[in-house]
Amino acid sequence: MSQPKPKLAVWKFASCDGCQLTLLDCEDELLDIAGAVDIAYFLEASRAEVEGPYDLSLVEGSITTPHDLQRIQQVRDASRRVVTIGACATAGGIQALRNFSDVEEYMAVVYATPDYISTLETSTPISAHVRVDYELRGCPIDKGQLLEVINAFLHRRRPNVPSHSVCVECKAKGNVCVMVAHGTPCLGPVTHAGCGALCPSYDRGCYGCFGPMENPNTSSLAGWMSDLGMSEGDLTRVFRTFNADTVEFRRESEAHEGER
Amino acid sequence: MTHKSPANRAMKVDALARVEGEGGMYVGVEDGRVTDVQLRIFEPPRFFEAFLRGRRYTEPPDITARICGICPIAYQMSACNAIEDACGVVVDGPLHDLRRLIYCGEWIESHTLHVYMLHAPDFLGYEGAVQMAADHRETVERGLRLKKVGNEIIELIGGRAIHPVNVRVGGFYRAPTRRELRPLAAKLEQARDDALETVRWVAGFDFPEFEHDQEYVSLLHPDEYPIMRGRLVSTRGLDIAVSEFDEHVTEEHVEHSNALHAHLATGEHYFVGPMARYNLAFEQLSDVARAAATDAGLGPQVTNPFRSIVVRAVEVLYACDEALRIIAAYEEPDRPAVPVEPVAGVGYGCSEAPRGTLYHRYQLDADGLIVDAKIVPPTSQNQPTIEHDLWHFVEDHLDLADEQLGLRCEQAIRNYDPCISCATHFLDFRVERR
Repeated sequence: MSQPKPKLAVWKFASCDGCQLTLLDCEDELLDIAGAVDIAYFLEASRAEVEGPYDLSLVEGSITTPHDLQRIQQVRDASRRVVTIGACATAGGIQALRNFSDVEEYMAVVYATPDYISTLETSTPISAHVRVDYELRGCPIDKGQLLEVINAFLHRRRPNVPSHSVCVECKAKGNVCVMVAHGTPCLGPVTHAGCGALCPSYDRGCYGCFGPMENPNTSSLAGWMSDLGMSEGDLTRVFRTFNADTVEFRRESEAHEGER
Repeated sequence: MTHKSPANRAMKVDALARVEGEGGMYVGVEDGRVTDVQLRIFEPPRFFEAFLRGRRYTEPPDITARICGICPIAYQMSACNAIEDACGVVVDGPLHDLRRLIYCGEWIESHTLHVYMLHAPDFLGYEGAVQMAADHRETVERGLRLKKVGNEIIELIGGRAIHPVNVRVGGFYRAPTRRELRPLAAKLEQARDDALETVRWVAGFDFPEFEHDQEYVSLLHPDEYPIMRGRLVSTRGLDIAVSEFDEHVTEEHVEHSNALHAHLATGEHYFVGPMARYNLAFEQLSDVARAAATDAGLGPQVTNPFRSIVVRAVEVLYACDEALRIIAAYEEPDRPAVPVEPVAGVGYGCSEAPRGTLYHRYQLDADGLIVDAKIVPPTSQNQPTIEHDLWHFVEDHLDLADEQLGLRCEQAIRNYDPCISCATHFLDFRVERR
């Protein structure tokens, strides 16, 4: 008898489906992955459901409803390892912009009958509610990093995912610095690596979709970007996107709040 | 699933699989007649239209892409169209062609995902593509290869397949060179063959007898199969500018759904998506795509929604063909983007997402900050039609046991490739027989 295959589950909370789609976008690897693991729960891809417990649960999306508060506990209880995939699950996502505002007002803007809607006042990361074994950054996550994380957890080792800034990736790629050479504001110096310095490679500044790196000096960068002509309002907005409610980006966005 | 009792029953699917997002469905049956059908969308609301207020006019392409990881290009393009409209800018020439090219990539990627991984398993009796691959490995590999080419177009022009970084109001941050695009052509030649094989493969499926009499709505443009521009036209005489959308479409908030339901001002539900485009613009398909459709047994009008899988495959073939045409004719633009200065006012934009017409409207102030935003995704527009279809489909098939009926209904829902992440801004299946 061969060993039973490890069971992989993919869960979705408030999100755009893009991070779990990353798994289906592994066109060259997908059938091999399906051969190596038992894809026990992956509603976007299959109606088949295998009961837990699961060896590895990938969790996409943030917690925004009372029902999801309960569901994430069930996912944790049924999973040996929980890995969050993407900015929503790791930092609350773009929908965490409600955390800076009044959700009642938000509902009134979008829905004619807010009474029909069940929602929490905040959008929070998975780690605010249950123990998380690993957090994979990015909006969306990087395919190569996802494969590395699945591989690492199945082999019971730490994932080899670098924690330096986008700047390091940019230098390794041989890009000309868009900020120094072209005066284009860029969040690369404070943003967690993983995308492969995509934006500077396309002649635009990094917009921080992988969230803050460890100990980022956001206030120094904000000073430089101000010198390049960004208004206080623009500084608030640039730190307030897909990872707005991380400690570091929240603090910097609030430091410039008040102007348009 | 509840037990079967022929005359009165209730049926539900709590969580629909193989759709993008979270939803379910409920059907009520009393004395052998359908009394209620609800497509339940419980994807948590994310309030995009609310938090777009106060953002800069340059931000919606990046922000609204996050509504949907499967069709981010559609969001980026409808946003650009609307903001450029507000600012009085028209983007044409090679930049328009590049936008159409990256959009072809998204049609190939999204349609192929749906045809092979989400919908075909229904026709062949599998739980999903992975299970299907055990018996049909070469076929699934063909689908993955085809999907990959779609993603490669998006990656080359946009930087990455999901939430590409290179699209901006006015055009792109960096335009690709002719030399960079060239390697795509060889891959697209292979993809075109794979797409033709796909049309032949799905044309051989068994299709339930089911006709619906719908009003089909799509963009329509005199020069090209609808993707990026045109007027909104229907098979029943609607012919309006995109800026007249709000006067002709009303959205309603129903209790069982976190997605708003859209109707025409006439009170009629309507249908957007591949079948609508096909029925309105069949003559504008490329010769190869038109011939493949005819060989597959499709006339110039398709009214059985179960055949939408064939239409989707024809659109993939068209998108491969169109991408090859654009690459062959591509002239590098003088600059990657047209400058767009903010103007106070309102702008309207539509484009044809894989699932159908996607509408954006933005009101800007003189500083270029967004005062108000409105987004109407295709699944919101199709929701009443899906419920209408289910109503009639269930009534015709009440002799089936709940489990069989449930499977058939799920298949019927997937005819529309509903994107629930988009529409909430769905699937739990229940039938109650009383």
